[in-house]
Amino acid sequence: MAPITTLHYLVVAAALFILGVIGVLTRRNVVIVLMSIELILNAVNLNLVAFSRIWGLHGQVFAIFVITDAAAEAAVGLGILIAFFRNKETVNMDEVDLLKW
Amino acid sequence: MFFLSHIWLIPLFPAFGAAIMFFFGRKLQKSTVNAVCVGVVVVAFLFSCVAFSQYLGYAHDNPGKPYQTMVYTWLGTDTGGMNFVKHDGTSAAFQADVGFLLDPLSGIWLLFVTGVGMLIHIYSTGYMAHEGGYYRFFGYLNLFMFSMLTLILANNYVLMFVGWEGVGLCSYLLIGFYFHRHSASTAANKAFIVNRIGDAGFLLGMFTIAWYFGSLRFTDVNHLARSGHFAIGDPIITAATLLLFVGACGKSAQLPLYVWLPDAMEGPTPVSALIHAATMVTAGVYMVARSNALFVLAPTSMKTVAIVGALTAIFAASIGLVQNDIKRVLAYSTVSQLGYMFLALGVGAFTAGVFHVFTHAFFKALLFLGSGSVIHAMSGEQDMRNMGDLHKRIPITHWTMFIATFAIAGIPPFAGFFSKDEILWQTWSSEHGAYIHLWVIGYVTALMTAFYMFRLMFLTFHGRARMSHEVEHHIHESPKSMTVPLIILALCSICAGWLGWPHSLGGSDHFAKFLNPVFSNEAEVFRAGGKSSQLAAGEKEEEHTSPIEYGLMFLSVGAGVVGWGMAWRAYRNADKGYAEPIAAAAPPVYDLLYNKYYVDEAYDYAFTGRRKVGDVRLGVMGLGEASSWFDSHVIDGTVNGAGWMTRLAGTLSSWWDKWIIDGLCVRGPAYLMLLLSYPIKLLQWGLVQWYALVMVFGLVGFVAYYAWR
Repeated sequence: MAPITTLHYLVVAAALFILGVIGVLTRRNVVIVLMSIELILNAVNLNLVAFSRIWGLHGQVFAIFVITDAAAEAAVGLGILIAFFRNKETVNMDEVDLLKW
Repeated sequence: MFFLSHIWLIPLFPAFGAAIMFFFGRKLQKSTVNAVCVGVVVVAFLFSCVAFSQYLGYAHDNPGKPYQTMVYTWLGTDTGGMNFVKHDGTSAAFQADVGFLLDPLSGIWLLFVTGVGMLIHIYSTGYMAHEGGYYRFFGYLNLFMFSMLTLILANNYVLMFVGWEGVGLCSYLLIGFYFHRHSASTAANKAFIVNRIGDAGFLLGMFTIAWYFGSLRFTDVNHLARSGHFAIGDPIITAATLLLFVGACGKSAQLPLYVWLPDAMEGPTPVSALIHAATMVTAGVYMVARSNALFVLAPTSMKTVAIVGALTAIFAASIGLVQNDIKRVLAYSTVSQLGYMFLALGVGAFTAGVFHVFTHAFFKALLFLGSGSVIHAMSGEQDMRNMGDLHKRIPITHWTMFIATFAIAGIPPFAGFFSKDEILWQTWSSEHGAYIHLWVIGYVTALMTAFYMFRLMFLTFHGRARMSHEVEHHIHESPKSMTVPLIILALCSICAGWLGWPHSLGGSDHFAKFLNPVFSNEAEVFRAGGKSSQLAAGEKEEEHTSPIEYGLMFLSVGAGVVGWGMAWRAYRNADKGYAEPIAAAAPPVYDLLYNKYYVDEAYDYAFTGRRKVGDVRLGVMGLGEASSWFDSHVIDGTVNGAGWMTRLAGTLSSWWDKWIIDGLCVRGPAYLMLLLSYPIKLLQWGLVQWYALVMVFGLVGFVAYYAWR
């Protein structure tokens, strides 16, 4: 069995990223879209961690930052979502168009 | 000399009475009102008598010198400088004192004003006994006495003007005493307004004197006028005296300002006697006599005075011939007699004029009080057509009034004979006979006077009784408080003239001698001006005792007797519907006289504007209408125009704001932005995931670009 190389990680991360993007673009539920964004971020984390095998710990540090950022983003995103829900009683992505002209 | 040096107290006595009535009168009993109001006038009269007798002593020691006393400086240097520029460019300090002057002229006025005033006060207690507003009446009377005494005793024109205005006010108040009667209140207004016209003249004359002489004190003005600095006929003095005479015309009811006096009979009869016959209306005469030093410097003014006086005399007397209201006859008689007085002043016979004022005060007051007694007896009836045959029922009134009638008709030896004869003689002999036409007027007036007075007497007291039975039943002689003053005045009407018993009849004319110090300098002025014939009366007496004088005397007595006889023939048996001889002889003349020459109507057309001339209204009301038109059209038009302009400007401004500022400048750029932004905003179509898709395509694009470059 061939050893697991960086390329494998990158493939998996790319797959996760694609899944995330597809989730973001296609799902209509905002909660799921947010979760898909987490998926994208984690794909990036996986890339960072994978590359830290080659170039040192910087990637892992960045991954920690991204996790922190993801937590903050989730908090803000969900907060906005709750406020939005209170106004429109829906979490349908297509109806999030308050800033439309 | 206590009384002489305290003459300033004299006006204050009645002022005190008036003040009491003003503050407490409403609560006082009639007897208290009598005690206070009659009391103060009696005190003033006694005080005046004593002061006058002391003045006689003073005049004996200082011949020709008036007595003056200053109480305080009212306006002028003491109260802050009031400098003004005189006609010659020099500066003079204006000063008016509350100062009092007693000289023969003011002394005579003082005595008869307080004396007759006192009698009329006493009479009023009887006449007004049953009237409302008793205290008010007496308060006004006292206020009048105060003003009149101030006028007489003032030592300068300004203080005199205070009294002048005060008597005008009291005249107004007393004419309008029955203020609930419309005719009385309009008569009061008329008197006041007509007097204001005269007062304006007086004021302007006063200003002219101040501007020309630098002082308004009588002694200063007289001294300057007599100093010889001013030429006879000086135009400024002529103007000043003419203006003063306008004032005299208003107050003394001369043409053309006499119209208020007949209407003034709306007041209670004692008021007519006191104010509109004996005292106030002679104020004009007093003022002209007081300014004699100025008048003699202005022959034009003198001529005007004489002519106006003569015309007024005959004009009013002719109206009096046909009037039926007993008081109106007397009112026109008063106007006419005042005309005589001015005639005398105008021809330079100042003493004769003053003498007539003096005698007239008694007999005219008596006539008015007598008519009041008649009206009292007749239960308020004033129309002589409804009287007749009263002589047995009110004998005292009858006899006293007859004495007054003899006096006014100029029958010797009653008072009026002496004064009227003096005036006629002076008119005849003045200026080398230049005034003979005025003498003719005066003579005809004397005839008319006798006629209308005896007409009044016969219609009232003789002939058949023409009143209703009810009135007849109530006829009674007046109470003692009314008859005693009548009797005293009757005695005066007999005797007052004897003071001026002329030389030609063996007398010594004390009256003229006494007045000489006031007027004698005029003789000098006239002599200096080459008019030696126009002398002060006293001196002329000695020079001209000529046969003509006896002839004229005989003629004027004849006029009185003829008038008496004509009235006797026409009215002695007057029954209901008796015929007026004038109406029978010449109906148009009668209509003209009966309607008083339509002067009131003419004034209504020309001055008040109560009647329209065609479609046009003239006079004051016309002015009012013109002002009203001007106001509603021009002034209001301007206002409305300004408003309309503002509204137009507002509309334009609003349009500008709405379309240019808001539209073009504010909304315009916004629409422009909107328009320009249209393509861009198409990008923002509101589907978040599409944006994400675009991002992803972009990302893919970038990656692809860098990957395959």
